Amino acid sequence: MTATATPAIGRTARPAAGGALAGTGLLLRFALRRDRVRIPVWLAALVLGTVWPVTAFREVYPTEAARQAAAATMNSPAGLAFSGPAHYLSDYHYGSMVSHQVLGFLAIFVGIMSVLLVIRHTRAEEEAGRAELIRAGVVGRHAPLAAALILATAVNLALGLLLTVAVGSTGLEGVTWEGSLLYGAANTAAGITFAGVAAVTAQLTEHSRGASGMGLTVVGAAYLVRAAGDSADSGLSWASPIGWIQQTFAYLDDRWWPLLLNLSTAAVLTAIGFRLSLRRDLGAGMRAARRGRPAASPMLTTPLGFALRLHRGMLIGFAAGMVALGASYGTFLGDIEEMFRDVELLRNAMAQLGGATVTDLYVTMVMTILAIVAAIHVVLTTLRPRSEETSGRAASVLATGLSRTGWLGSHLAVAVVGGPVLTVLSGLAFAAAGAPVAEDGGLLGKLLAASAAYTPALWVTAGFAVALVGWLPRATALAWVLVAYAGVIGYFGMILDIPDWLTNLSPFSHIPRLPVDEFRWAPLLILTAIAAGLIAAGLYGFRRRDLDSK
Amino acid sequence: MTVAIATSGLVKTFGATRALDGLDLTVHAGEVHGFLGPNGAGKSTTIRILLGFIRADSGSVTVLGGDPWRDAVALHTRMAYVPGDVELWPNLTGGEIIDLLGRLRGGLNRKRRDELIERFNLDPSKKGRTYSKGNRQKVAIVAALASDAELLLLDEPTSGLDPLMEVVFQDVIREAKEAGRTVLLSSHILAQVEKLADRVSIIRKGRIVESGTLTEMRYLTRTSVEADTAAPVTGLDRLPGVHDAEVDGTRVRFSVDGAHLDGAIKHLSGFGIRALTCHPPTLEELMLRYYGDELTAETSGRPREGVRG
Repeated sequence: MTATATPAIGRTARPAAGGALAGTGLLLRFALRRDRVRIPVWLAALVLGTVWPVTAFREVYPTEAARQAAAATMNSPAGLAFSGPAHYLSDYHYGSMVSHQVLGFLAIFVGIMSVLLVIRHTRAEEEAGRAELIRAGVVGRHAPLAAALILATAVNLALGLLLTVAVGSTGLEGVTWEGSLLYGAANTAAGITFAGVAAVTAQLTEHSRGASGMGLTVVGAAYLVRAAGDSADSGLSWASPIGWIQQTFAYLDDRWWPLLLNLSTAAVLTAIGFRLSLRRDLGAGMRAARRGRPAASPMLTTPLGFALRLHRGMLIGFAAGMVALGASYGTFLGDIEEMFRDVELLRNAMAQLGGATVTDLYVTMVMTILAIVAAIHVVLTTLRPRSEETSGRAASVLATGLSRTGWLGSHLAVAVVGGPVLTVLSGLAFAAAGAPVAEDGGLLGKLLAASAAYTPALWVTAGFAVALVGWLPRATALAWVLVAYAGVIGYFGMILDIPDWLTNLSPFSHIPRLPVDEFRWAPLLILTAIAAGLIAAGLYGFRRRDLDSK
Repeated sequence: MTVAIATSGLVKTFGATRALDGLDLTVHAGEVHGFLGPNGAGKSTTIRILLGFIRADSGSVTVLGGDPWRDAVALHTRMAYVPGDVELWPNLTGGEIIDLLGRLRGGLNRKRRDELIERFNLDPSKKGRTYSKGNRQKVAIVAALASDAELLLLDEPTSGLDPLMEVVFQDVIREAKEAGRTVLLSSHILAQVEKLADRVSIIRKGRIVESGTLTEMRYLTRTSVEADTAAPVTGLDRLPGVHDAEVDGTRVRFSVDGAHLDGAIKHLSGFGIRALTCHPPTLEELMLRYYGDELTAETSGRPREGVRG
């Protein structure tokens, strides 16, 4: 009898002992299965994001002299803020360039990937209620978070390995295998640190968007702290996880120990995450949800007021972010003339443009970037009705006296007005921050015109997205292709020689780049007409198709 | 009697799936019409056509005298809808959502709104994301009933409600009926439909297989009889319309078609009835009549001739 009783006790005792992590392996395999497309796409994008600039370096700075000139122009507060610590400039070969110019910037995206990955498998699952199904099985309390963190670690290790091979095999001058190994490891360490950040933010709030937002804010703050530290050459960079990985001076000094700071921070954050998760219920956050008004304001119950309410948070977030972005570009305006004076490439470009000043050229570059950020907002806003539809919320509203056109149109109105307003706001912030340092009184007027000129391109973006909602509702993700394409053309069009017909495919390429180009009505009117056509087609298509249900 | 909803020969396909296959549904104005069928029979698809969310491939449909696809907006101001799985905006409160839906429909009755919130014991100041499933349903039910809509389309409206709230719901629907409103109540909770519905339509595989008042439908099926007699009953097998007879000493149990009930009871009384229970068929039995073969086919793996006997 004892012989049969003992194993029975053992069976019941074991889950109680190792129970908190029970099922971790299974969840990990499940997560890999769910992300079998997502993870490779991220890895490919991040590796390409490194390899592309690295190969461009060879073309843009072919000689030792060109690289020294680059080092000299980089050695300004603005240059260092956009890249990394000044120490890299002491021996500016291709290896140093990669580490100096790419590492810190890439770490932002490694951080975004890690945060989104961890939140997706923890808080997002809880919010959707799927975690209850999982946790009701033989799955320990800590298993979902543990599986998410192991997944994030594995993905970051794979990324480090791929980067080592990709950069190391370019064989450029100064690119050693040891340096490449450290470069890869630095990316891994940054990713693991931000995964740890997400392990904490996932516990704090009930909804995944808030948890992701907090995590991404930490990533952004880490970059800004190191930018401020590096531009002033102060010790502030040591307060940032992205600063730490840049302090490895991969390819230059190859020192590994700063990564220990990343790893120990990740360990502490992970421990905090697990501790916090013990102090809350499944599905709950650390603080109770606030109550709201028991009745609606008259404003909310109009179609446009309702759409505005749904978009309010994002609109405010974008406005704050874009004003900050515009202002930070503006503060560098004083350095710009000096910074680019010696860059041959830009001098040639200016000559082609008939004697534009560096400041004017900088204005056009910045406005292109700001307009494309606004385009992201336009697409997010225009596609919101689609997610309302597939989540089943649209059905409640469309069963009332609100017409389909009125409903979709009110969301569209937020995009059509909001996108241009955001662009102009960021342009004005640029001018306000830049005017004192640039000593250019006409700056405000220039920026007002330059930013407002992008309005028709943003309208085409909204029109394209709404046409997809009306006619190809299952392919609305294609709207992002337009933004990504415009971004690539806008960004690399300044450096690389891209065929005209490729450039012309982007609506943003047709906007006169004020104040360098001359103002012309024709392209703006044509783009407006195209946008009107797309919007009309989208609204018509949406009126005549079946609504999708949940 | 005017007709609130009339469809004839409705067909709707989704890819290879034939969701509706010639659906004929008639709902009279002022009645509570039970719309019964298992999951996937086409109840929600029908309601989505009635709301003009989707368009039928063929067939005709009239709602409140209009075409729900063409006149959607005009008709919606006279209709209210409660989906079976209510999704709310996470950052709006229940009270805000009720007001929003009510006013977009063209106004809501403030007094009735507050009274319904009270009766359903709903906290209107909580955010949408914090409501339980049952409370989300309550938000949609209050929003629908606080309006003066003539026609209520309720698609399994009480899923997730507790039994107490189910009673409140039934009271509220009865009041709506007394106020002259028409209700299409899709459900698979038979007790609910039995208590509320004036007429019932049973849908199966995209077709209405039976439609009528419960009395009419019960007539079509059998009554269960149990009796204790002075002498053992014989000769039941020879009676028309009697099925599944079991005799155990002086106890007898059988079911009999409505038309032959009289004859069967006369036969029984010849043996000296000491105790007798008769009960009308429940909706469960009605449903089993139409789905019984499916159920047994699923469980035994082969189709059977049902309980028709």
